[in-house]
Amino acid sequence: MSDAPGPAGDDASGADDGASVPAIRRVAGTGVPLRGDDIDTDQILPARFLKAVTFDDMGTYAFYDRRRDEDGGRNDHPFNEYRGANVLAVNDNFGCGSSREHAPQGLMRWGVEAIVGESFAEIFRDNCKSLGIATLSVAPEEAEALQSFIEANPDAGIEVDVREETVRYGGTTVEGEVPDAMREALLAGIWDTTAVMRSNLDRAKAVRDALPYTDD
Amino acid sequence: MSEGTLYDKVWERHKVADLPNGQDQLFVGLHLVHEVTSPQAFGMLREREMEVAFPDRTVATTDHIVPTTAEGRSRPLADERAEEMLTHLERNTEEAGIRFFGLDDDRQGIAHVVGPELGFVQPGMTVVCGDSHTSTHGAFGAIGMGIGTSQIRDVFATGSVSADRKAVRRVEVTGELGDGVGAKDVILNVIRELGVDGGVGHVYEYGGEAIRALDMEGRLAVCNMSIEGGARAGYINPDETTYEYLRGREFAPEGEAFEERREYWESIRSDEDAEYDDVVEVDASGLAPQVSWGTTPEQVVGVDEPVPEPSETRDPDAAETAQAHTEVTPGETMEGHGIDVAFLGTCTNGRVADFREAARVLAGREVADGVRALAVPGSGTVKRTLEAAGIDRVFEDAGFQWREAGCSMCLAMNDDALEGEEVCASSSNRNYVGRQGSTEGRTHLMSPGMVAAAAVEGAVTDVRAFDTADEVGRSVADAEVDG
Repeated sequence: MSDAPGPAGDDASGADDGASVPAIRRVAGTGVPLRGDDIDTDQILPARFLKAVTFDDMGTYAFYDRRRDEDGGRNDHPFNEYRGANVLAVNDNFGCGSSREHAPQGLMRWGVEAIVGESFAEIFRDNCKSLGIATLSVAPEEAEALQSFIEANPDAGIEVDVREETVRYGGTTVEGEVPDAMREALLAGIWDTTAVMRSNLDRAKAVRDALPYTDD
Repeated sequence: MSEGTLYDKVWERHKVADLPNGQDQLFVGLHLVHEVTSPQAFGMLREREMEVAFPDRTVATTDHIVPTTAEGRSRPLADERAEEMLTHLERNTEEAGIRFFGLDDDRQGIAHVVGPELGFVQPGMTVVCGDSHTSTHGAFGAIGMGIGTSQIRDVFATGSVSADRKAVRRVEVTGELGDGVGAKDVILNVIRELGVDGGVGHVYEYGGEAIRALDMEGRLAVCNMSIEGGARAGYINPDETTYEYLRGREFAPEGEAFEERREYWESIRSDEDAEYDDVVEVDASGLAPQVSWGTTPEQVVGVDEPVPEPSETRDPDAAETAQAHTEVTPGETMEGHGIDVAFLGTCTNGRVADFREAARVLAGREVADGVRALAVPGSGTVKRTLEAAGIDRVFEDAGFQWREAGCSMCLAMNDDALEGEEVCASSSNRNYVGRQGSTEGRTHLMSPGMVAAAAVEGAVTDVRAFDTADEVGRSVADAEVDG
C-alpha cells in the first residue's frame, strides 16, 4: 500500500453492538483510472472466485482475468500499474450485472476507498454504501478528465470530499453528487444499518402482523 | 413522484420506519437464500451474536455451485470449495430453523424457479435475495430486489432492508406477438430500446397487450431481465393468469384462505388513474426473434436484421470491442452464425413452458454434429414434470444432455462452462465477456425456441422458419404438464 492518507475518519459513533463504524468525510490519496462503460461485476470479480465462505481473499481477485495475459502473466491493467491508489476513476454504469458484494469487497480489499465516475449501477452502489466506500457521480467529461489527469500524474494527490460532494485534484475542484442516503450515512458514521434497524424490531413485527400473507 | 401504483401500495404496506440516512426501512416478506452470497452474512451475524429474526419468512435452496450430473452430486462434492459452501448452508439453515431445499430434496433448484413454482412468492410481497435476478418475482406483482451480502445480514438480523423509493416507469408493450416470438424477445427488445442503464433509479411496471397475453413463465422471464436494463425491480400487475398459476401450489393458500388473499392481491394492483414518473411505449407487433450480437444485453438485433455498424450504436467504442470479441460482421444478419454449444435453462428460461417451447422445435430432429447441447431444468420439480410428460425423451432423442437442476452454464460456478473460444446459443440472461466460464467464449442470448433451432442447425437461425412439428411433438410436447 502507498503512504497516502486513508479515509479521514472521525471517532466511531452510533452503533453499540460491535458494528461501530467511523464517519467518512473525505478520502485522500492517489488515483487509479479504469476506462470503459458498463463494466460489470463479472469483470470486477469473476464468478469462479466466489467459491469461498468469506470475503478475505477477494482483494487478490479484483479484475483477476483482466489483469492477466493469455499465459497468466501480469499485463498493464491499471490494477497492476497503480497499486497503492485508493480513488478509482470510472465511466458510465460501473458495477452493472450481478449483485455480488464480492465485487466492491474485492475493490476495497485491493485498496479502493472512493470511486468517482459518470454513473453507477444501483445494487453495486448500495453495496458500496454498506462497506463505507464513497461514490461520487460527475459529468461524463469530468470523469474522463480525471482519468487523463491520473494517467499523466499517477502520483498526484486526489481528494474526494463527501460533505462537499466534490473531487479535488491538480488545483481543480469538480462538483458531483453523492446520493443523499450515502452522504448522510457516511458523514454520520451510520453506514452499517444493522443496529438501527434492529432497534425497530418491534415495529417490524407489527408490520409483519398487519400483512395478510404472513401466517402461511 | 408516482402515486397509486402497485409499487407505492406495496411499499407503504411494508414500511417499518424512516431511517436516519433518509432511507426507508422495509419489511421483507420473503427472503430467498442460496449458498454463494449467504455464508459471509451468517458469519457477520454470528460475530454480532445475533439470530435470524424471521426464519419463517426465509427459504433456502442451493443452485449456483451444484453439479448438474447425477454422478456429480454424490457427497462430498468433488470440488472442495463447493462442498464447503454447501456444508455451510446446510449448517446455517439448520441452526437458524430455515426451510432448506438441498440436494436430497427433489424440489431443489434455482431460487428464482423454486420460489415461484412452490407458491412462496405471491402478489403484494416484498422479496429479496442476494442475487440480482430477484427482480424475477415482480412477475407476481411483488417487489423483488437483489441485495448484497451486508444487506443479507441486515435482513437476517432485522427482517428488513434499508431502501430508497425509486421512480416508477410504466413500460407499455403494445401489439400482438407473432408465432415463434415470446417473452424473451420482448424483454431483449425492451433492453435494446432503453439501454442497459436505462432503468437505473427506476422500477419498471410492465403492461400493455403483449404483457397481459403472456403466461406466468413468460412474465417471469420478462421481470427476470429487468436488472439487465438497470432496473433493480420490475413488475406486472397481478390478474387471473397470476391467480390461476398460484392455485394449488404447495405453499400458496388454499380454499377460503385463497379467496381472502385474492382480495389483498386485487387491492394492490395499480389504480386505473395511477400516476407514473414516466411512461414509455414499445411496439411489439412485427417483432422478430431477438439475438444478442455483442457483450451486453442491449447489443441485440432481430434475427432478420443486420448487425449494426458500431457508429449506429449508443457506444461505438464498446460496440467495436464487442464485435471483435464475438466475430460478428456489421451489415450481416446473425442468421448462419455458427455455434458450438446450445444451453437451455437458468432463472430466465428454465421452466416447464420454456422446455416445452424448445421441445416443439426439437421433436423429430437432431442436434447438429459437433454441437454440445445441455438441457438443465430450473428445478427438480420442473425436471420431474417434464419427465412425467415424456418431454425429457424429446431432448435426449435429439441429442441434448438431460441434466439435474442448477444454474449450470449461466455463470459457470460449477462443472458446466464454455471452453476456449466456444460460441454458445444460450437461454440465459448475460452475455458479458467471460460470464460462461471462458474469457474467450462467446454468448448469444435468445429464446428457448431459438436455442433449440440453433442446436439443430449448428448456427443461429430463425425459429419461425421451422415447422414446429405439432404432428411429432403433440403427444409429448403439448401434454398437460404444468406441475
